[in-house]
Amino acid sequence: MKEAAIPGALGDESFEQEAREGWLSWVASVDHKQLGIMYLLGAFIFFLVAGMLALLMRVQLAVPNNHFLSPQMYNQFFTMHGTTMIFLVVVPLLVGFATYMVPLMIGARDMAFPRLNALSFWVQIFGGVMLYFSFATSGVNGGAPAVGWFSYAPLSETAYSYGPGVNYWILGLLGIGVGTLTAGINLMATIIAMRAPGMSIRRLPLFVWMTLITGFLIVVVMPILNAGLVMLLADRLLNAHFFRAETGGSAVLWQHVFWAFGHPEVYIMVLPAFGIISEVIPVFSGKPIYGYEFVAASTLAIAFLSLTVWAHHMFAVGLGHAFDMFFAICSMAISVPTGIKIFNWTATMYQGRVRFTTAMLFAVSFLLMFTIGGLSGIAFAVVPIDWQLTDSYFVVAHFHYVLFGGTAFALFAGVYYWFPKITGRMLDERWGKVHFWLTFIGFNLTFMIQHVLGMLGMPRRVFTYPPLPGWEAMNLLSTVGAFVLAFAVLILMINVAISLRSGKIAGDNPWDAWTLEWATTSPPPVENFTHGVPPINGRRPLWDLAHPDRTDAMMMKLAG
Amino acid sequence: MAGPYTANAFTLAPASPQAAAISNLFAGTLIFLGAILTLVTFLVIYAVIRYRDRPGAPEAQQIFGSRRLEIIWTVVPILSLAVLTGFMMRAMIASDPPTADARPDLRIVAHQWWWEIIYLKSGVTTANEIHIPVGKRLLVDFRSADVIHDFWVPALGRKIDIVPGHPNRLWIEADHGGTYLGACAEFCGNEHAWMRILVMADPPDEFAAWIKQQSAVPPKPVTADERRGAEIFRENICTNCHLRSVGPDLMHVASRRTLAAGALENTPANLAAWLHDPNNFKPGSNMPDFKLSADDLRALVAFLETQK
Repeated sequence: MKEAAIPGALGDESFEQEAREGWLSWVASVDHKQLGIMYLLGAFIFFLVAGMLALLMRVQLAVPNNHFLSPQMYNQFFTMHGTTMIFLVVVPLLVGFATYMVPLMIGARDMAFPRLNALSFWVQIFGGVMLYFSFATSGVNGGAPAVGWFSYAPLSETAYSYGPGVNYWILGLLGIGVGTLTAGINLMATIIAMRAPGMSIRRLPLFVWMTLITGFLIVVVMPILNAGLVMLLADRLLNAHFFRAETGGSAVLWQHVFWAFGHPEVYIMVLPAFGIISEVIPVFSGKPIYGYEFVAASTLAIAFLSLTVWAHHMFAVGLGHAFDMFFAICSMAISVPTGIKIFNWTATMYQGRVRFTTAMLFAVSFLLMFTIGGLSGIAFAVVPIDWQLTDSYFVVAHFHYVLFGGTAFALFAGVYYWFPKITGRMLDERWGKVHFWLTFIGFNLTFMIQHVLGMLGMPRRVFTYPPLPGWEAMNLLSTVGAFVLAFAVLILMINVAISLRSGKIAGDNPWDAWTLEWATTSPPPVENFTHGVPPINGRRPLWDLAHPDRTDAMMMKLAG
Repeated sequence: MAGPYTANAFTLAPASPQAAAISNLFAGTLIFLGAILTLVTFLVIYAVIRYRDRPGAPEAQQIFGSRRLEIIWTVVPILSLAVLTGFMMRAMIASDPPTADARPDLRIVAHQWWWEIIYLKSGVTTANEIHIPVGKRLLVDFRSADVIHDFWVPALGRKIDIVPGHPNRLWIEADHGGTYLGACAEFCGNEHAWMRILVMADPPDEFAAWIKQQSAVPPKPVTADERRGAEIFRENICTNCHLRSVGPDLMHVASRRTLAAGALENTPANLAAWLHDPNNFKPGSNMPDFKLSADDLRALVAFLETQK
């Protein structure tokens, strides 16, 4: 009779089997594709949670003088909604796509530091769980933090937030901060050191270019946030005096520290989305990206300028006209490279053959939605307009046009574009179009009208409001829009569930795309490229393979 | 007279020269930005219709870019933003004139969830409602008693943060008489939503009369109810907060338009409802529920209604 095997010991076949295929293969994975999928799924779960918080807030605001949520709950909800969407949804979704796609797009076997990759993911998840644990703290002063996502001191100091909520917020963000920082280092190292032969820096797919620059921004600014968080924690737990005016500290200092991180963070959330758009629009127009060098270089310009604009969040603080003017001019300047991108993406479609897939629908409406968000951003760079509209619903509308109409639309485009590669099956296009139209209508219904509410004097972050003329109807419409948007998310989930089961088999390259991830099977094997990476002689290796008579190199030579 | 919630709070309906400077700049900028949006929308829509994939559509042209176009769409935006910057600088000075050396007329102290308003020349102290004489510029000195707040009355012009340890000054004025609604615009905790402010721009003689009335001591309580109410006011240690700037000074409370920084219109019935259950109207505010009996409540309201 054989001895019973010790679980987990060498030679325990069931354990090894599980390590290859079961849940353990995910938890213990250092594979960039598995980690990429986990990033995307984790972020999607947080997206559902933060979306529910938004719905509850919109119900509260549907009618004036509403008693549906207490102010304590409402204030916790908007703090958690913003913090979650930024740190646990948008950034991880972009990092997740980058983690999955960058090694494939540059013809690498994996990330530069696979174990660090796993650490980044799990530390980030741990930070998120820590943040949400704050809801479980009980008592009169318990509950989640209620200080807004930028947690202004002294409201976030113990004198005004004596519960443990803000401590959880700080520690959670420190965990997430370490996770994001290490992910940024890893992505940069991968792109610099792991490119296949022939993949020169001038041939990088633009998504990889933008990820590289995002990595740079992450490495520059995450430490500023982490330092600020430690200072705030020292104030709260060790009775330090960084941000307390009554003992010689400065409340304005926190704003400088936070926004020196916080504004580049906006570009961390937008640049990879630009990258997705720069992949999707050319493929579905049947043309190479218009002005490759200009799209790449303008990204670099945005990244550097983004480090010089933080105080446009502080125009109302009263720091002097000369100070405001400097940051206003830098903020306006940043719209120039952004405009260059918009024009190049639009020009890419000209004289092309535009295929209206769901991915392309999202990408094209990204162009319009992001332009609206960008233009209202220019309005905020004009100091006197900011003096009127900052901290009103106009600003809520503005950044949702940037982060939902911009980043989220680009992410949806990425989901429809890369789902076949990741799963081997196509996402259903009919459900996809329903998802797109509901998203488009719901989004604009929710947020377009908030511009007007802001102009009519509605401040942001109010749990209720008096029945002022026009406010009731507009707030109700906005709430209706939020529910349409939520319904659209439900459609996406149904589509994913159906398509995973019975979607059309994708094949290697269902879109006739040109970057290297489409050269391998869908889903790619563990080692990514079983038969080696195709030759890379230009920016579109798969175009060159399919058109040996007119490769990019030949055509570019002809064009001079 | 219109109720407090029909007051003007519209950024494009200015009632002062400062607000008009911003409003003109804003309207102009909206037109400029609207033109850009129209252009981009047209270019995008035209592209997707003209070049959409359909049977017989020409093959996609493999075009890599154009240096000339890149220069155009870099230089034209830079030039137009330079023009916008010029307009901006002019509006900054017009909408926020320098305040150096002038002596403030008014001090506004922002508290967690109410405004304390002190007229520095007459010593009049009130709460949540500012009276100003039409056509006269007043310099306001802003202080915070606790966290960061923000003073925002859209019809009168720019908002300004009120940061502890960082006093700010701002000119306020109104061209024509009226009531202007504002609010705290920086999240300041629990009851941020009910930290509203009303500005009443009165003709100069009415303003002078108002200052006179606010400087006078209210009449002594007369009826039994009023006298009993005054007693309750003292016994229930109301004065511990309401005379020490923890809560609003109540000496002329009956002359105000709203209660609890805008949560309620100021009527005797609302005052009674507020005292009966403050948490129903402003949950989490610092006003305790004193669990007054019906008789005491009636007496207290009777007393407070004499405080005109």
